[in-house]
Amino acid sequence: MSTRLSKGGRLIDRSTSQEFTFNGKRLQGFKGDTLAAALLANDQMLVGRSFKYHRPRGVVGSGVEEPNALVNLGKGGRFEPNQRATTTELFNGLEATSQNHWPSLEFDVGVVNNYAARFLPAGFYYKTFIQPRAAWKHFFEPIIRQSAGLGKAPKDRDADRYEQAYAYCDLLVVGGGIAGLQAALVAGRAGLRVILLEQTAHWGGRAPVDGDVIDGKPAQAFVEAAVAELAGMDHVTLKVRTMGAGVYDHGYVLADERVADHTPGDGRPKHRLWRIRAGKILTATGAIERPLSFAGNDIPGVMLAGAVRDFVVNWAVSPGDRTVIVTNNDDAYRTAIALKEAGLEVPAIIDARATVSGDLPAKARAMGIRIEAGRAVAKVKGGKRVTGVAICLQAGEGAVLDEIACDAVAMSGGWSPVVHLFSHCGGKLIWDNAQAHFRPDAARPPLNHDGAAMVYAAGIANGAMTAAAVLADADAQARVAVAALGGTAAEAPVPQAATVTEQPMDAVWIMPQGATHALKSKMWLDYQNDVKVSDVQLAAREGYESVEHTKRYTTLGMATDQGKLSNINGLAVLAGSLNADIPQVGTTTFRPPYTPVTLGALAGESRGEIFQPLRKTPMHGWHEAKGAYLEPVGLWRRPYCFPRTGETHEQAVHREVLNTRSALGLLDASTLGKIIVKGPDAGKFLDMLYTGVMSTLPIGKCRYGLMCNEQGFLSDDGVVARIDEDTWLCHTTSGGADRIHAWMEDWLQCEWWDWQVYAANVTEQYAQVAVVGPNARKLLEKLGGMDVSKEALPFMAWADGTLGGFPCRVYRISFSGELSYEIAVPASVGLAFWEKLHEAGAEFGAMPYGTEALHVMRAEKGFIMIGDETDGTIIPQDLNLGWAISKKKADYLGKRGQERTYLASPDRWKLAGFETLDGSVVPDGAYIPAPGVNGNNQRNTQGRVTSTYFSPTLKRGIAMGLIKGGLDRKGEVVEFTTLSGTGTIKARVVDPVFYDKDGERVNG
Amino acid sequence: MKRYSVFAIAREAFRDHTGWERAWRNPTPKAQYDAIIVGAGGHGLATAYYLGKNFGITNVAIIEKGWLGGGNTGRNTTIIRSNYLQDPSAAIYEKARSLYETLSQDLNYNVMFSPRGLLMLAQTHHEVRGYLRTVHANNLQGVATEWIEPNRVKELVPIINIDGPRYPVLGALYQARGGTARHDAVAWGYARACSAMGMDVIQQCEVKGVRSENGQVTGVETTKGFIGCKKLGIVVAGHSGQVADMAGFRLPVEAVALQALVSEPIKPCMDVVVMANTVHGYMSQSDKGEMVIGGGTDGFNNFTQRGSFHHIEETLRALVETFPMISRLKMLRQWGGIVDMTGDRSPIISKTPLGNCFINCGWGTGGFKAIPGSGWAMAELMAKGEPGPLAADFNMWRFREGQFIDESVAAGVAH
Amino acid sequence: MLILECPYCGVKAEETELSPGYEAHLKRFGPGSSDDDFEAYMFARKNPKGVHFERWRHSYGCGKWFLAARCTATLEVFGTYPAQSSEPPADLMAKIKAKRPDWKGYK
Repeated sequence: MSTRLSKGGRLIDRSTSQEFTFNGKRLQGFKGDTLAAALLANDQMLVGRSFKYHRPRGVVGSGVEEPNALVNLGKGGRFEPNQRATTTELFNGLEATSQNHWPSLEFDVGVVNNYAARFLPAGFYYKTFIQPRAAWKHFFEPIIRQSAGLGKAPKDRDADRYEQAYAYCDLLVVGGGIAGLQAALVAGRAGLRVILLEQTAHWGGRAPVDGDVIDGKPAQAFVEAAVAELAGMDHVTLKVRTMGAGVYDHGYVLADERVADHTPGDGRPKHRLWRIRAGKILTATGAIERPLSFAGNDIPGVMLAGAVRDFVVNWAVSPGDRTVIVTNNDDAYRTAIALKEAGLEVPAIIDARATVSGDLPAKARAMGIRIEAGRAVAKVKGGKRVTGVAICLQAGEGAVLDEIACDAVAMSGGWSPVVHLFSHCGGKLIWDNAQAHFRPDAARPPLNHDGAAMVYAAGIANGAMTAAAVLADADAQARVAVAALGGTAAEAPVPQAATVTEQPMDAVWIMPQGATHALKSKMWLDYQNDVKVSDVQLAAREGYESVEHTKRYTTLGMATDQGKLSNINGLAVLAGSLNADIPQVGTTTFRPPYTPVTLGALAGESRGEIFQPLRKTPMHGWHEAKGAYLEPVGLWRRPYCFPRTGETHEQAVHREVLNTRSALGLLDASTLGKIIVKGPDAGKFLDMLYTGVMSTLPIGKCRYGLMCNEQGFLSDDGVVARIDEDTWLCHTTSGGADRIHAWMEDWLQCEWWDWQVYAANVTEQYAQVAVVGPNARKLLEKLGGMDVSKEALPFMAWADGTLGGFPCRVYRISFSGELSYEIAVPASVGLAFWEKLHEAGAEFGAMPYGTEALHVMRAEKGFIMIGDETDGTIIPQDLNLGWAISKKKADYLGKRGQERTYLASPDRWKLAGFETLDGSVVPDGAYIPAPGVNGNNQRNTQGRVTSTYFSPTLKRGIAMGLIKGGLDRKGEVVEFTTLSGTGTIKARVVDPVFYDKDGERVNG
Repeated sequence: MKRYSVFAIAREAFRDHTGWERAWRNPTPKAQYDAIIVGAGGHGLATAYYLGKNFGITNVAIIEKGWLGGGNTGRNTTIIRSNYLQDPSAAIYEKARSLYETLSQDLNYNVMFSPRGLLMLAQTHHEVRGYLRTVHANNLQGVATEWIEPNRVKELVPIINIDGPRYPVLGALYQARGGTARHDAVAWGYARACSAMGMDVIQQCEVKGVRSENGQVTGVETTKGFIGCKKLGIVVAGHSGQVADMAGFRLPVEAVALQALVSEPIKPCMDVVVMANTVHGYMSQSDKGEMVIGGGTDGFNNFTQRGSFHHIEETLRALVETFPMISRLKMLRQWGGIVDMTGDRSPIISKTPLGNCFINCGWGTGGFKAIPGSGWAMAELMAKGEPGPLAADFNMWRFREGQFIDESVAAGVAH
Repeated sequence: MLILECPYCGVKAEETELSPGYEAHLKRFGPGSSDDDFEAYMFARKNPKGVHFERWRHSYGCGKWFLAARCTATLEVFGTYPAQSSEPPADLMAKIKAKRPDWKGYK
């Protein structure tokens, strides 16, 4: 059984116990435990079920590499699936349940897949479920979906919040083991700004567990001294529980700080996402141990040797009473020694190497541990827990020589450097034959913005395998990085670690070497996804020879650990199947993140109301207080209408329209784009920008203008006012202000940079109110302060002055067809002015109106709306706006584009009005079909609706649209489609000006 | 080619799966082919397949710089839909979608086409009008789509937040027979079928030059030597500009990075594909249980298959706001692909200035869903030397004439 | 996540401060130009895999447009210079030529 040892445990505090539950069972651990350690301490080795065969799964690792021990954690708004028990710090009240089984962890009916395993080899689903056709969607796929998927889907909104932050440094060191600490010391002492990240809660990495001795003292002493020195440097930032997630171009690094995972609900953000810009990056990310491929290597109780050592030394947990060690290297002997020193039994060390020498085996031997050289595991016995191992010759085919009873197996196939961060931006790897692993190739690093190396690897992450080598390499790499950053590293002796003579490892990819198919189909490569040696070999036989093909065909390395345990073993098996060298086969691409990052952390605080930046006019609060129904317009939220109690939105819009036409409407038009264009060449510039002529506009007057892109398509419209000799004010659409301003800057800076023009976007500097309706003038006259009479301020004129004491600029322009004044006041007094208008206007029937009433009124007048009548493919000529295009000008933006054959074609659809015969409203989006079909059997069309409304003024449906032939077809009856596709709606082609055709009202 | 079936699986199960054939041969190139397709992605393989199936042209080589299906075919978000607005787009995407319906049976390879339904959320009034327009257009184009109200959206997607304070869901454009397929399987299935017809899929073979005489293509220089051909099809997506350069012409195409990501797998919680274009994000759940998420493109030319991280953040902000329960799921893997964008964001299937040299490119962010239709149209173009109705409007000269096929209108999106 | 140094304000601007503007040194063709010239101006982009000259705007900084020479295959930035340049500065071209001897020039 697995249990808590009575002594030891460098990371636990036995004086503070923590209560938690697993599948509802109440259990106890200590402060400092991981959930995995606490589960093992309670003899809970079985922790989950695998993805495909639903085989029982136990803890196999002790850190981020863990593929099996994934749990549903928490509940309600703090529920989280697929949490790794090995990296989850225990806290009081933690609730965890196991995943991917029904009805229970111990008894899972899904395990039927396991008994059918021979029918479910790699890629079986590509070869079957093909007939009958409907069966895939309705039968097979639902079964597969239910059976896959691991953790449960959260149901509730996240109860936690997440922060995001930026940081900058010269050197970012990722990994707080002895390599990272030494590197940080070198750079910190050189005065560089250093950030040092450690993904666990503890500094020091493996060295204290492995019993390394540095400068004559236990590694822990070196770690403590280093951390103390670094903490004393102001220019050095130390962060634990912070995982370097991804390296992106130009020194951008994403790091995920687990702020409150272990203290949920304490008010702090759950995670903090760091976006770090580093001059250089040094990865001291250590290495991950590889499993060995022997039959039954997935049975709970088979663990990585290093993990077994971690559990014993860090948390005083023994995974088993009798642990057999299986290895191809010396490092696993440390586990045997640690177990023995903890008073546990190690019945045997099974070493695949033919002869065993080296300091560690000698020590193990001296402790009385039986060492079986040249031997392999033929088979692990057991079901939900290891009961023993059968031993055979490594060089043979698996004939059993002996059986040893045990309840745990610690395996080591060697160590693979963590090269992920080095590789994310294209750093290349080289194959180290002696260590049988890939390590970073310093000659082909990822490149920075200046073309120089961006990432350096150090320590075990760079293939330096002993403590002494790790420190030397970290020191050397840090000096390279410091020099590359322009710093100077002071001379200082490299801390010296006691050397242990190790015998070279043997690359062992399959155990035993000549294993039969029966054995290979029990050798797991990917524990979570159930990929076995036989699957990879099958993929290779079937031609899926690229490592990417094999990965995708078998799903090797696609589990939540992203192949941290399985990739190298898998590609070694693939290389063996192809008779190719491992480096020739290559690796799959390393992609961020290093370990999975919570989506909430990536979304940050951008939720709800502040999901995106919110732009508010000065009157925004007034609208909200009045219960306006708001709609998004870009980042603004504009009142769509102001419904009164009991009113539908539609009723409110009708009321607003009728009131404006009969009395007085007030519109918050502040979102309207306002761009000042000024300078000696401003007129010339605007003549290029607009299709019409703006340079001749008299001071004090307004003119409607159209802007096209270089393709010739209509992009924006608005009224331009001439302010003085060299100043114009250009109004744009609400959504277009920023875009048009940028467009102006583009031409001014990049094409006509010798023209003397400034453009300034003053949209937010002014609040603007449209005062509209027959009573508009009465209201302004009541406010007083300037002459707003027909004579003093005629249509399409503007004047500066004051109204009711407010300094303002008044434009006599109209988008509704009514007598209308658009009044701009400084934004700071916008709300006061708006309130004043309502107060003073009450006697004239003043009511606010929203964007929908605005749209209805402009449609009644046949005015086009950018975004409705235009969609990026429409030219002004299509909209009968030829009058707004100067025939005299040699050039304007879009003129050449409009000369192209398709744009100049007489067959283009043109704007017309439509009136349904029965008075109903043409459906939004309706088309006018034409007889026959095209070459692709699609119904021909001859037009479509662009704006369609019920006109409260005319009490009938009105529409604008584009139709081949345009107004030449006035009087003709055409048919529009319906949304359901059945039947049509008959409408007559009419002039698009439905209301006040002679335009008398505007002159009020 | 031995057929795949449940019986074949059972037979092999009792002989340790030793009897499976290679899915495709690993041939050495012949000196001359009737047609060479450059690029063994989905589009290239489908082109070859329909050259054989529809026109009996099987003396064909598909040559590939890397490994087949290793470009955008293997790195997209697997969405299949045909709810496009413009006639030429709707025609070719609907052709593709209808071929997907029977592709598994056609290829005898389960590509896992899953018509689970796809909806595009309307979150502004402008978007509502745009999607209504699309429904009207689709009705006339023979594409089955419908407009659905917010309550129906909520029924189809229980995990969605339709009452978001900024962008409440106002309805959706719904295509019930849209969905997903297994992207790798599409490439593998076509490759296996091409190989079975006697075509040569030649991997690890990079084109270094295009040879021509008297304005007619005669073959390609490759890292495996010169290979002659009567007709050449260039179907290389992100690297179209480079190969076109070898053939002596320039394309209206730019390469940019597009990114995607998956979450860790969870039990099924979303059956349909949801696209939210106002806020820039789309999401589906794979058969493995991962949430498959895609977002926007970078705005600069890039051949690195890596994108800029702020696009991932932007997409996830949108999706966490739209689907609040995903906040505590985790991003497992993110990646990028190089997409080739044209001047109107619609593809090019066209003759070229070089005789008997044809180009299929510019699929931008929407290539996977088009694969069968694109291959069908390209095969017709290559076999006949002239485009059929599916390809006619996608010629490369439309830009100069201003005849755009612009899907960005009416709130539509190109991906 | 690119960093480009704004040649106006000297800030090492991060990509999120910038707006991209695609290919630089395009010659505008207006009314009266040939179909070939206009098509080339509007659509035919070099799209090189390698050294590329492109436009950027320091939108959320000083607001200035500038030009950058960047490798599209490695994202190495060779240099930036003001948008008011008819051709790349000679020293920048020399620097690129030294780093990429095979480079055929920007035209």
